[in-house]
Amino acid sequence: MPPESPPGALAAPEAPILSPPGLIALFVAFAKMSLAGFGGVLVFARRGIVDHHRWMTAEEFNETFALCHFLPGPNIVNLSVVFGSRFRGIPGGVAAFAGLVGPPVVIVTILAALYARFGEIEALRRTLAGVSCAAVGLLISVVLRMMMPLIGKRDVVGLILMAAVFIAIGLLRLPLPAVLLAAIPLSIGVTFAMRRRAVA
Amino acid sequence: MNSGANPVLALAWTFGLMSLFAVGGANSAIPEMHRVAVDVQHWLTDRQFADVFAISQLSPGPNVLIVTLIGYSVAGVTGALVATLAMCVPTAVLAYLVSHLLSRSSHSRWPAIIQAALVPLSIGLMGASGLILALTSDRSWAAALVTAAAAGLAFATRLNPLWLLLAGGVLGFAGVIG
Repeated sequence: MPPESPPGALAAPEAPILSPPGLIALFVAFAKMSLAGFGGVLVFARRGIVDHHRWMTAEEFNETFALCHFLPGPNIVNLSVVFGSRFRGIPGGVAAFAGLVGPPVVIVTILAALYARFGEIEALRRTLAGVSCAAVGLLISVVLRMMMPLIGKRDVVGLILMAAVFIAIGLLRLPLPAVLLAAIPLSIGVTFAMRRRAVA
Repeated sequence: MNSGANPVLALAWTFGLMSLFAVGGANSAIPEMHRVAVDVQHWLTDRQFADVFAISQLSPGPNVLIVTLIGYSVAGVTGALVATLAMCVPTAVLAYLVSHLLSRSSHSRWPAIIQAALVPLSIGLMGASGLILALTSDRSWAAALVTAAAAGLAFATRLNPLWLLLAGGVLGFAGVIG
């Protein structure tokens, strides 16, 4: 599955790809995934793109997602743009992005207006505080899950880098760009050097 | 960066820049959002920041929509739209360009190295997000206990996260968290 194949070539014998989606189909599909996605859209995106619409094989989806995960910014937003543009060029990317972000932005803006008006009501404040506590717990559980492979592989260098970023951002509260401008080249250099040594 | 001048421009600049540094996704940028919105610009109080995080987690759609809520509280609907686009568009353009570049020379091993190098950094960032949100949200022992219980349940089981959020909301409404 070479990524450079034009959309037509995706209908190769082994790939279960149906006809490439049009702009409206992209918008509607991403809007549906997005509105179904409480606490993260990725699961619903995979279900929609791979299982339901069969616009990509699972492998193609993983490759595309890996690319979007290593780029900065909201992963699923990157995914929508890369996915849409692969089928329909820039208009396709815009359609998928608009579907992903447009409808939930309307909902969230309405919620924001309600919060601005009623946010001081004691019962609502208590309820949101409770939701917030649970939501923080969910985030921490994601961090723990992501740490498991590093611990499993005894990746000491990775764990040190992870701890350094945690301390710089979480405890010292240093600005993000400054920390990353130091940490990214360092981490890439170390990773590169270690792979080289592993090969040698 | 001159905060007093024009809040909409400040939103565009803040989130446009943050977009390009959010390694690992929107949740990695939460410490930076907190630093800028609460400590530097004073757009939100600590409590409002925790509330906004809770609302964003309760809403459908990508996690990035926390910036929509921050934007709204700064400059209404305009602020909401500007913050959302500023956080999404720069990285979306970058993703588009890189995906086209990579499809031409897909045999390079650099993408894999960069990806492996970024994983520990993004975990560290998300850990910092967890810490900062815990400090803003958990202002009592009961609250910290709810957070710990939610973390434990979500880590050990495949429970739908929405149930945990709702359970937290019910406990909060009942006044357990204080």
